[in-house]
Amino acid sequence: MIHVNIQKKLQGAMNEMVLDVDFTIEHGSFVTLFGASGAGKTSILRIIAGLMRPDAGQINMGQEKWFDSEKGIDRKPQERKIGFVFQDYALFPNMSVKENLLFALEKNQNPQVVEELIQIIELEDLQHRKPEKLSGGQKQRVALARALVRKPTILMLDEPLSALDAKMRTRLQDYILKVHKQFNLTTLLISHEVSEVIKMCDRVFMIENGRILKEGKPMEVFANQKLSGKFQFSGEIIEILEQEIICIVTVLVGMNFVKVIADKEEIKTMNIGDKVLVASKAFNPVLQKIE
Amino acid sequence: MIDWQPLILTFKLALITTFLLFILSIPLSYWLAYTKSKIKPIVETLVSMPLVLPPTVLGFYLLVVFSPNSWLGSWIQEYLGIQFIFSFHGLVLASMMYSLPFMVHPIQSGLSGLSSSLTEASYVLGKSKLTTLYKVLLPNIKPSLLTGIVLAFAHTIGEFGVVLMIGGSIPQKTKVASIAIYEEVEALNYDTANVYSLILFAIAFCILLFVYVGNGGYLKRFWK
Repeated sequence: MIHVNIQKKLQGAMNEMVLDVDFTIEHGSFVTLFGASGAGKTSILRIIAGLMRPDAGQINMGQEKWFDSEKGIDRKPQERKIGFVFQDYALFPNMSVKENLLFALEKNQNPQVVEELIQIIELEDLQHRKPEKLSGGQKQRVALARALVRKPTILMLDEPLSALDAKMRTRLQDYILKVHKQFNLTTLLISHEVSEVIKMCDRVFMIENGRILKEGKPMEVFANQKLSGKFQFSGEIIEILEQEIICIVTVLVGMNFVKVIADKEEIKTMNIGDKVLVASKAFNPVLQKIE
Repeated sequence: MIDWQPLILTFKLALITTFLLFILSIPLSYWLAYTKSKIKPIVETLVSMPLVLPPTVLGFYLLVVFSPNSWLGSWIQEYLGIQFIFSFHGLVLASMMYSLPFMVHPIQSGLSGLSSSLTEASYVLGKSKLTTLYKVLLPNIKPSLLTGIVLAFAHTIGEFGVVLMIGGSIPQKTKVASIAIYEEVEALNYDTANVYSLILFAIAFCILLFVYVGNGGYLKRFWK
């Protein structure tokens, strides 16, 4: 269990903001920090990693104390044993993919783990390339693999998928879920994609202006946001619930969920994840496939 | 037959100076690149002073400070057995000060130019500051290191005033090429002066060309 209770004054681009959060994460859970940019999500990860020092508070990792402002405890990032995937990947340009992974080994650690990770994250073909010869998605996979070499108990990912196209993103989401289960990790992910949050995690913290606004299961947190009243918008199918005669289709439009009743015949060609148009025709919402 | 000693001495001086300067400049540049200390501007100014100061000023103060009549000069001579005035040691010391900005500036800007997430990634992977410096930071600023080394070397070859002030012109000890040229001209031996000058000219040209070609990316395929 990880308990974080920290305060820090942050100097934002526009104004000063006080980061003040208090939360607990169960071991083995997959948690997303969700919110607009500048809300303080990255700062929270950096503080947990020890790359940024909070003004006050405590961070407890199970029985270990990582930070306690009153007792003057502040463990160095080197001693916290975390996996961190940076937004800009932060691969070492002077080392090949495999060397990046080997560099992460601890003293006396069996290098076998590097081979394993190369297999799990399917980097065999890339292992001798330098980072500059990799695409964004490939770099991200290497960064993920490298973060796991030390066998951390907690994996933190700072918006790892935002720079990738939709297809690559889905693939990487699957890799992240795979290692999350396989390595029994506690995972903390920053995202501002609702569909990603719903797919990946079991808890979400909604963060605004340095505070946790809401927390809970993704569906609960997002579902009671107000429905939009416009006539036509495009969205993504999140869920298709088949009833006896009809289907209830949940569509994500922007940040809102719209539940639309659809005919079984017309829903045949649609699947979860499809982009659709929700239009209101004389008060009957109609679904049309656009992609 | 011209006397090769001044040229040999010049290159010996430049090599030793560059080597010692390189070792000294890495920690200094690292500190300058990452420190948040309030005295950073002062240190930066001191490092850059030789760029604007007449070399004779530097030479003059070195002469005063290390003269056997000063307490520091006599202390060093007595306890370390080194005499800095009119000796090769003095030339090396003076050259190091004089060429310091040429080594420190490229390395410092190279380090500052690296993304801070490289350092952070290395720390998060459990690596110490020293390991991070040698395995991650320095290998990624090779062009800056090369520039620093080459410029410091070239600049040491080209010095005159500071060397003359602290070293004088003792043959085989402190009479470097630039001083030899001056003396040959004074003695109206234009031919000899011309030979020295031409050699220095050619070498300086080649060295600078090497830097510009290297940093223009032409050498990248050999230097990676």
